[in-house]
Amino acid sequence: MKNFLIVFAVLAISSPSFSQDLLDILEEETPKTKEYVSSTFKGTRILNGHSIENRKKGILEFVISHRFGRVNLGADELYGLDQSNIRFAFEYGLSDNLMVGIGRSSFEKTYDSFFKYKLLKQSTDKNSFPFAISLFGSAAYRSIDDFEPGNEPSFNERLSYTTQVLIARKFSPGFSLQITPSYIHRNSVKINEDPHGIFAIGIGSRVKLTQRISINGEYHYTVNPLESIDATNSLAFGVDIETGGHVFQIILSNSITMIEKSFITESTDDFFEGDVHLGFNISRAFQFGKHKKKKLKEKEEEDKKSNN
Amino acid sequence: MKSLHILLCCFLFSALMNGQEKFLTKQGFTSFFSSSPVEDIKADNNQVLSIIDTSTGAIAISILMKSFMFEKSLMQEHFNENYVESDKYPKAIFKGQIANFKNLGNDEQLVSIHGDITIHGVTKKIETQAKIVRTEENISLTGTFPITVADFKIKIPSVVINNIAETVAVTFELDHTPYKK
Repeated sequence: MKNFLIVFAVLAISSPSFSQDLLDILEEETPKTKEYVSSTFKGTRILNGHSIENRKKGILEFVISHRFGRVNLGADELYGLDQSNIRFAFEYGLSDNLMVGIGRSSFEKTYDSFFKYKLLKQSTDKNSFPFAISLFGSAAYRSIDDFEPGNEPSFNERLSYTTQVLIARKFSPGFSLQITPSYIHRNSVKINEDPHGIFAIGIGSRVKLTQRISINGEYHYTVNPLESIDATNSLAFGVDIETGGHVFQIILSNSITMIEKSFITESTDDFFEGDVHLGFNISRAFQFGKHKKKKLKEKEEEDKKSNN
Repeated sequence: MKSLHILLCCFLFSALMNGQEKFLTKQGFTSFFSSSPVEDIKADNNQVLSIIDTSTGAIAISILMKSFMFEKSLMQEHFNENYVESDKYPKAIFKGQIANFKNLGNDEQLVSIHGDITIHGVTKKIETQAKIVRTEENISLTGTFPITVADFKIKIPSVVINNIAETVAVTFELDHTPYKK
């Protein structure tokens, strides 16, 4: 009887409670890979300025943005809706890390082009990196003919450039923050006191309310503003609504333009005096090529080859 | 002395049970297919982990949601971000039993598998038929079963309700090989 008890005890200890055990083995066997954090922001813009998000390879996005007149213009101007600035743009993912775009703004008839490159990605697990860092560069060409007769600016004089480093972190699925140091260079300025190069620092964040709706805020502080205008710092609040292939952003801002060199340095309205502009960004994404699929097939074929 | 022998036998037996008699795959294949009047959506996952305990016929499967590859990268993003919430629920888990496992022959035959499947934090009982081929060096399981999206509290917004089928077909191909620690 004693023997039997011992045998029974040993069996009881050594025979595993199998299904839990099996899952433990699977957990152990799961390859530890680096995982990149995705969807720090939903769109490629926080509101006015760029977020660290890129469109993936082969995705063409058509972006239409509007900023209306000041809400405090009153009913006669339909609270600013009678006036409108528009920018439309085509933005394309050349690779998963590099995105380019061209756009046209009605404000000063400006053409712009930009690139955005993902330098580092935020990751978890093995060798994780806590931030995402992207580089952004753009050139804007002001094509409006508002010069004095005989004083026509040259091609170069119409150009200005923006360089930004976008540093972001998704702290939790519901909260992301981005810091954006910017340097804006103008080839020509209105008066001698205006700086050619302007430094600014921006901060932007996203707070997720539901699966598809988030509230965003964005602020840019200009270190050495233009002197020829009564420049103010750009501030914006907005809502992101995402449906299928669209991201829809409704924005309240004191800026009326949608490209960096403009809204960071040329905003003149005071948000808290009520000089608020309603605006929105709409984007529609189209996919060209089926690269994910292709990669998968190539991989399968390679696997087959290596197996043979 | 006799009891010592029995003890030793027990240890050996249980060691066998734990060590040699499990079959594992780390590159199992799972895909799901949603067919709707608007579009067909398919996603493949080649990194499925599955393990079978041959002494009992117990099976466990673990699927990393972020390893599903879609044709369109935006779909993949939406899948992870909006539908299955991969940050919150990174894995789908199946824990179950292959019926009548001990009496299996060497040729291909149909078996019934039943157990609990957990997707998006919701656990459901499930029963399905699968083809099984068992040899000394390999246990292969293939099959397909339907999953009703709403059962797992995966909400589909009304805008895209016509693009995503209410029931998606899940296909699996799992080629297990002997597992050694």
